Amino acid sequence: MCPIGLMGRMGHMGHMGPMSTAVNIPSQFEIVDQPLDTQMTISMGPQHPSTHGVLRLELVLDGEMVVKSTPDIGYLHTGMEKLFEYRKYQQGIVITDRMDYLNPLGNNLAYVMAVEKLLQLEIPERAQTIRVLFCELQRIASHLVWLGTHALDIGAMTVFFYAFREREKILNLIEAASGGRLTPSYFRIGGLMMDIPAGFERRVQQFLNDFPQAVKEFHQLITGNRIFQKRTQGIGYISAEDAIDWGLAGPSLRGSGVNVDVRRTNPYSSYETYDFEVPTEADGDVWARYMVRMREMTESHKIVTQALARLRPGPVKADAPKVVLPDREAMKTHMDALIHHFLIVAEGFDVPAGEVYHPIEASKGELGVYIKSIGGPKPARVHFRGPSFINLSALPHMARGCMVADMVAIIGSLDIVLGEIDR
Amino acid sequence: MEPQKAQPNVTENQPDLNSAGSTPSPVATALQRQHPEYITQVVESLNETTLIVPREQIVSACQYLKSTPGLEFNFLSDLCGFDRGPEEEPRFEVNYHLFSTTKHHRVRLKVLLNEDDPHVPSVTGVWRTANWHERETYDLFGIIFDEHPDLRRILLPDDWQGHALRKDFPLRGYEPYSLK
Repeated sequence: MCPIGLMGRMGHMGHMGPMSTAVNIPSQFEIVDQPLDTQMTISMGPQHPSTHGVLRLELVLDGEMVVKSTPDIGYLHTGMEKLFEYRKYQQGIVITDRMDYLNPLGNNLAYVMAVEKLLQLEIPERAQTIRVLFCELQRIASHLVWLGTHALDIGAMTVFFYAFREREKILNLIEAASGGRLTPSYFRIGGLMMDIPAGFERRVQQFLNDFPQAVKEFHQLITGNRIFQKRTQGIGYISAEDAIDWGLAGPSLRGSGVNVDVRRTNPYSSYETYDFEVPTEADGDVWARYMVRMREMTESHKIVTQALARLRPGPVKADAPKVVLPDREAMKTHMDALIHHFLIVAEGFDVPAGEVYHPIEASKGELGVYIKSIGGPKPARVHFRGPSFINLSALPHMARGCMVADMVAIIGSLDIVLGEIDR
Repeated sequence: MEPQKAQPNVTENQPDLNSAGSTPSPVATALQRQHPEYITQVVESLNETTLIVPREQIVSACQYLKSTPGLEFNFLSDLCGFDRGPEEEPRFEVNYHLFSTTKHHRVRLKVLLNEDDPHVPSVTGVWRTANWHERETYDLFGIIFDEHPDLRRILLPDDWQGHALRKDFPLRGYEPYSLK
């Protein structure tokens, strides 16, 4: 049976013949298969929730297809690199916390290692092991935020709560050691702020025991989900050559099949002695980048296990009294320790002239710190190669010809943090 | 180990850099043998190699380092500027940090620029990732990258006055800002 409306219309036009009915329908009600000829420019963000901060994208749309996208950044610019030049070296550590706020310990590490390279300081083994342990825990925490928000952007809500439940455990561990959850400033020039508290190993072990089950849950929740697969597979493709040319780093680069990881290519903090794999996926799409990060969490779990096993008692600060703050007890009982403490806090310490570029593998890719010193207690220039900044610059290349909804998936797969992009 | 005492008034680099004790890196020797015109000075310090490149040669030097087998610097890690201060001449430095995803080695190229002529050819034709790096350096230092496809400010607003990371730009100040 025909619907009533259609029957009425046919009845009305019955005498005109079947093919000529269309002429009486006004043109604006015609249904066309072709998208609109006109292009439309819209702003996505800066308040859009899936832009993970304050990113604005200028999209030129043809219907629902993205013809051109132009990221507009700088909404969070706070002049951090300028600020470094007016702070002593040790005061710069707290600024690094606020760059990539999902991976503050990684930022701490890159910065303090660059300064240590200028000072040519030797770091005790225990301090290095604890640094590796915390960096890998932080990498898991950062990937968990990515997982939760990426899945939430695409429409899978449940995994967000599971991911943040696990992240909470890591933040509790970081809080136990440093006193801060998001801004720990735990790594200091020459070692650590202080040793890990009593019973800390047991708490890490507890987390390590629980985590494989959690990863299994994440996989059960979305990896096999057909909607998630359809939304990610074949979307946002970038080839290996283009990924290198655009300077992509970290999981975004390894998702295109390029096996580059700074922990392997330019090892630091004794990473060459740890047994872990560098996951790569050849597909170069959102799905590949998803799989790389999921597998990286398992590898980080392996590294934390090894680091925990090799923790031996020992000092956590380098033997450099003019650079490293003395212990509280020594300061109260020894005159020279008191003098050193006063001088470091009041005047800072001189760093010899020179320049270094120190790259580390942060959770989002190669995080490089360039420090130029002309002597004196303050740096002449500090520059951060933020991996999010570079990864975002490749977004227009990856997003050509995709749908608006895919844009959200591609941004999520790059795992950007605007604090690091705008600095 | 105790830090060395800082040398006052050292703006170039550490004094013992070109001493006979340091061994030149294979990248520097290869480049000096093949194209001596690309390098004015080689600095070895803290296990890092810095090649000071004349401004006119930077694009061809980058192209050579990228495409020569055995060097294969196909990845531009970082590009950043540095201001030595208004009283120094040459005033600006542009640093290119190169990395090879196959050979896993790194090198730093450096171009020195005078204040009255802060122009340098763009390397966006060699690595497309240089695009945003150069925009950032232009925004914060006022260094102009010739033949850049889209040289606009990136972090600060388009109508911002001055270049924020220059040494003569104040750290703080108060000035009414209107969006117009």
